[in-house]
Amino acid sequence: MEPIIELKNVTKKFGGITALDSASLHVDKGEVVGLIGDNGAGKSTLIKTLVGVYKPDNGEIIIKGKKVNNWNTKKAREAKIETVFQDRALTPQQSIVWNIFMGKELRHPFGFIKVKEQIKEANKIIREIGFTSNLIDANSPVGNLSGGERQGVAIARAIYNDADLIILDEPTTALSLIETQKVFDFVNNVKAKGRSVLFIGHNIFHVFDISDRFIILDRGQVIHKLDKNDVKTPEELIKVMKDTVIGGKN
Amino acid sequence: MKAKTGLTSYLADNSRPLSSFFYFAFIMTIFFVAAPEVFFAPKFHQAVMTTLPMIIFLVIPLVFVVTMGEIDLSFASIFGFAAWVFAGSIKYLGFDPFLGLLVGIAGGAGLGIFMGCLVVYGRISSLVASLGALFLIRGFLFVVSDSKSITIIAIREHWMYPLLVGKFYGFPMQIFWAAIFVVIAYYLYHRHVFGIHVHHVGDNPDSAAQMGVNVDLTRIFCFMYCGIGAGIAGIFSTLINFTWWPTQGFGFLLLAIAGVFVGGTPTWGGVGTIFGAVFGSGVIAYMETGIVAMGWSGLWRQFFNGLIIILALLGHRFHGNRIR
Repeated sequence: MEPIIELKNVTKKFGGITALDSASLHVDKGEVVGLIGDNGAGKSTLIKTLVGVYKPDNGEIIIKGKKVNNWNTKKAREAKIETVFQDRALTPQQSIVWNIFMGKELRHPFGFIKVKEQIKEANKIIREIGFTSNLIDANSPVGNLSGGERQGVAIARAIYNDADLIILDEPTTALSLIETQKVFDFVNNVKAKGRSVLFIGHNIFHVFDISDRFIILDRGQVIHKLDKNDVKTPEELIKVMKDTVIGGKN
Repeated sequence: MKAKTGLTSYLADNSRPLSSFFYFAFIMTIFFVAAPEVFFAPKFHQAVMTTLPMIIFLVIPLVFVVTMGEIDLSFASIFGFAAWVFAGSIKYLGFDPFLGLLVGIAGGAGLGIFMGCLVVYGRISSLVASLGALFLIRGFLFVVSDSKSITIIAIREHWMYPLLVGKFYGFPMQIFWAAIFVVIAYYLYHRHVFGIHVHHVGDNPDSAAQMGVNVDLTRIFCFMYCGIGAGIAGIFSTLINFTWWPTQGFGFLLLAIAGVFVGGTPTWGGVGTIFGAVFGSGVIAYMETGIVAMGWSGLWRQFFNGLIIILALLGHRFHGNRIR
């Protein structure tokens, strides 16, 4: 099967620091891949390189079988890759609707925006993802929302754009149990529709529950690629990490 | 917590332009009461409306720049540059005035792009970069003109003159052009991808970039728009006076910036108001003449200008701080 996205030997340096060291990975259609690693392992750098925020110093990015050049965030979104960034990439003074459609506005000719259509769609989608309060509508500023609700807006953006691959960078950090469960439901729904998810997390239990495969990153290098046949429990996964990242290699 | 009703929601959503309107109405009330013989005379308002459009052409694009989290001071010199291109191309190159107008505006746009590139690619703070450009362009104008003015009296005979700066029922035509400029700016700001991207970039440029917004291009376009506004203002000023002079536009520098902030656009970026800026421009334009019309010495003008700016900014504090 042709991967949706593939990274081959990607290196990214910031000054003298190598944040990614010849990292390779791929995500196939309809699978959930868990990307794990300690603080500073290079997870966020890898994601940002993958979606065009950072330009790699070396290596290849291949989208649906084609090598891409001058890869950037706009091209990534056009290739149906949506990211829910760790910082959620929201503009808090703007309304929910402007945030959901940020960078992919529904347009009339000459760049004028289909405002009514956007508001209608945004209201529909925020109800779908579980915003029930009458105090919140598409015109509410994002800055007035709770952390979980802001995460919801970021996820709503990914849903609306009908992505083939959704990248979730630490999506459950600082969320309540109920909000975390909503994120899991969302991932399962996406998978059920045949789409792919790259799930980045600190919490091994969260990552283990939701993922079909695991990629372990350490100091910018991919040190393990495992699937659920290799590790049956979260504890086993933690042991692999401990042995290689903390004990074995260091 | 109760859901907002239609009226409270409207007031909350439009608090900045509404309070700018309040300041404008408050000042006008004082002027009307203090000097009724002057302020009830239509000719006085017609006179103010001769210069008010220039302030509007400068202030409205500045709202975009400030919303984007930047500042541009170079507009006061771009004003003079575009007017110099306009007057010079007519007088020395024999251009048709309409072509001169297009070339002048293009000159303003070009310098705006230069400013934008300086900020984006030179990675210089817009305050410092535009301060440098302000003196650089003005210095260039002094040198190339040898500090001499350019007179274009014959422009009165051209079809463009009555259309742009003639009179319509006693009102200067430029006020209607300014109104069209405001309506276009309103739609650009609130309904066009450019304006919405300006909001996003001013609010959080990293988020905007992560979502595929071309942050650099948005910044460059914004400075270009400021250059276009300054160019239009400069050309109107030259048309009204039949003359270009080397210091033209410099006097608008602080007034236009004051108009933005009195108009309710905060300094921190991400939000702003076009209609508020129109009332802010009105406050500035009427303050300039109103003090004297009230019988006070012109020496008080700057004092009251400063006072109203500070009071207006204190008033705008009630709209709350930046949402994060």
